[in-house]
Amino acid sequence: MALNTQPNIDRPDDFYQALIEAHAGLTEEQSAALNARLILLLANQVGDLDTLRAALAAARDADGPAASVT
Amino acid sequence: MPSTYKAPEYPYVKPTELTAGGIARTQVAIVGAGPIGLAAAIDLAQQGIDFILVDDNNTVSVGSRAICYAKRALEILDRLGCGDAICARGIEWKVGKVFFHDQLAYQFDLLPEPGHKRPAFVNLQQYHLEECLVARLAELGHGVRWKNKAVGLAVREDGVRVDIETPDGRYTIEAGYVIAADGARSALRDLMGLDWKGQVFHDRFLIADVHMKGEFPTERWFWFDPPFHPGQSVLLHRQADDVWRIDFQLGWDADPEEEKQPERVIPRIRAMLGDDRPFELEWVSVYTFQCRRLDNFVHGRVLFVGDAAHQVSPFGARGANSGFQDTDNLCWKLARVLRGESSPTLLASYDSERVEAADENLLNSTRATDFITPKSAVSRTFRDAVLALSRTHPFARRLVNSGRLSTPTTHRASPLSTPDHDAFAGAMVPGAPAADAPVQVDGHAGWLLDHLGGRFDLLLFDADDADVRELVSGLGDAVRIVRITSSGAVQGPLIDFEGHAEHRYDARPGTAYLLRPDQHIAARWRSPTVDGVRAALARAQGH
Repeated sequence: MALNTQPNIDRPDDFYQALIEAHAGLTEEQSAALNARLILLLANQVGDLDTLRAALAAARDADGPAASVT
Repeated sequence: MPSTYKAPEYPYVKPTELTAGGIARTQVAIVGAGPIGLAAAIDLAQQGIDFILVDDNNTVSVGSRAICYAKRALEILDRLGCGDAICARGIEWKVGKVFFHDQLAYQFDLLPEPGHKRPAFVNLQQYHLEECLVARLAELGHGVRWKNKAVGLAVREDGVRVDIETPDGRYTIEAGYVIAADGARSALRDLMGLDWKGQVFHDRFLIADVHMKGEFPTERWFWFDPPFHPGQSVLLHRQADDVWRIDFQLGWDADPEEEKQPERVIPRIRAMLGDDRPFELEWVSVYTFQCRRLDNFVHGRVLFVGDAAHQVSPFGARGANSGFQDTDNLCWKLARVLRGESSPTLLASYDSERVEAADENLLNSTRATDFITPKSAVSRTFRDAVLALSRTHPFARRLVNSGRLSTPTTHRASPLSTPDHDAFAGAMVPGAPAADAPVQVDGHAGWLLDHLGGRFDLLLFDADDADVRELVSGLGDAVRIVRITSSGAVQGPLIDFEGHAEHRYDARPGTAYLLRPDQHIAARWRSPTVDGVRAALARAQGH
């Protein structure tokens, strides 16, 4: 399964607001812990290792879209 | 000092070479009478190969050291004739609990499926195991040359000279081959100047044997960051005789000498137990982890096994367990070479197969160590996130790594295996260790693995009598034919009365498996032919 970097999130503005609000009132350390748990939950939802590796590569790649990595 | 155990002092005997003079000549010199050297000696003794086994000490291990013996190691010990003694002396366990902070995160059951002779694990102090092995060797009419230390080595094309130092002076052994089983600090490795590459983990662990009448169940308990030992990990594991192994992670800055003092150790244990029940300290040690291996395990006529060849962290019980698999893999090959049945190139497959296994063990052991002792802040954040999620979310339990417990390696790319031509399902691929199954023999309950190994076997499932006659007349005594049936209709064979063998081997009437003397699968067919079996046999024998 290739990494989908085309728009796929329902109501992106609502998601973004929810993401930021999830961190409300947390210290930096608590935020880092929340992010880690969130990544793990989402990674399990994705499941496929190739897709996860592509996402890791895309996240590290500051210059271009993930499509060039996969 | 242990109150539950008194270590034997084996007698040193002045070697005849020092009383009568001369050089000791033997087919194989085994250096090191720890569990792996002793296993090699028993294996060679059972095959009628001449050897001399030397050890620089005259007793068994100090402290419990290797305590977890996995199913595959127990099956190997069965073939060495000590499985029953060791299982009777040790204790079985299968449940592990993982705690995070002050709570149980989750528990696992190793859940050995039914229908295997041996359990997933038996815990036993290494000194008890070594005593069993020494006794078995004596039963076979062999001993150990105690207080005989290898101090020099000269490797030639046609043999090896080993210089031995004893309390009465020095003598020389001339051997065809040397098995280096002299442990993680191998003197032979140093004498040969071999590279010992890998990673030392910057952490220290306190390891203690504690004798107590605990109410803890026979389970493996692992704590991450518990209130009684903040920021670190702790492991509690039961052994025989009400002795418990406790490991405390201390961190790199801990002073190993200070931490060994009872006045430092006792309060740590007291805090862990959380009450004032009586206990005695039997043994304390502080150690660091290393994950290393030799580039190659075969160096001319010197064959490295066990910790002398590879060293792993203890999480996962992959040290001694992989050592037994080393000698199990090596000894039948060495015996064939010494009898002139195979060329010395067969030993190259020991190198490739066991290096492959060592890499698998090193990978698992390194990953476990990285999880247990995170090397960076972000690594710790993810580790703690996994543990926090594991309480309520089953997926996260698969990510918790307090040691991936030892399982045998399937040698998928073995040069000795014949690739499949027929379609099979399941785990019994060429290169895999044969799975056990309950069988009936002459109305008695038994186990399949007890009928395999020690020589090449052709395991035939529900074979037609005429086909068997053809195989027997075509193959002669090159293989032993082992017949297994799903009913009692045929006389003499093993009966797969519960169907476990049929299922595990994906067998249909006529299916055949060729097994090596170490019970690893060399080839398999839906309908074997004499020529096909002959070719696979030749390949498995290194021809």
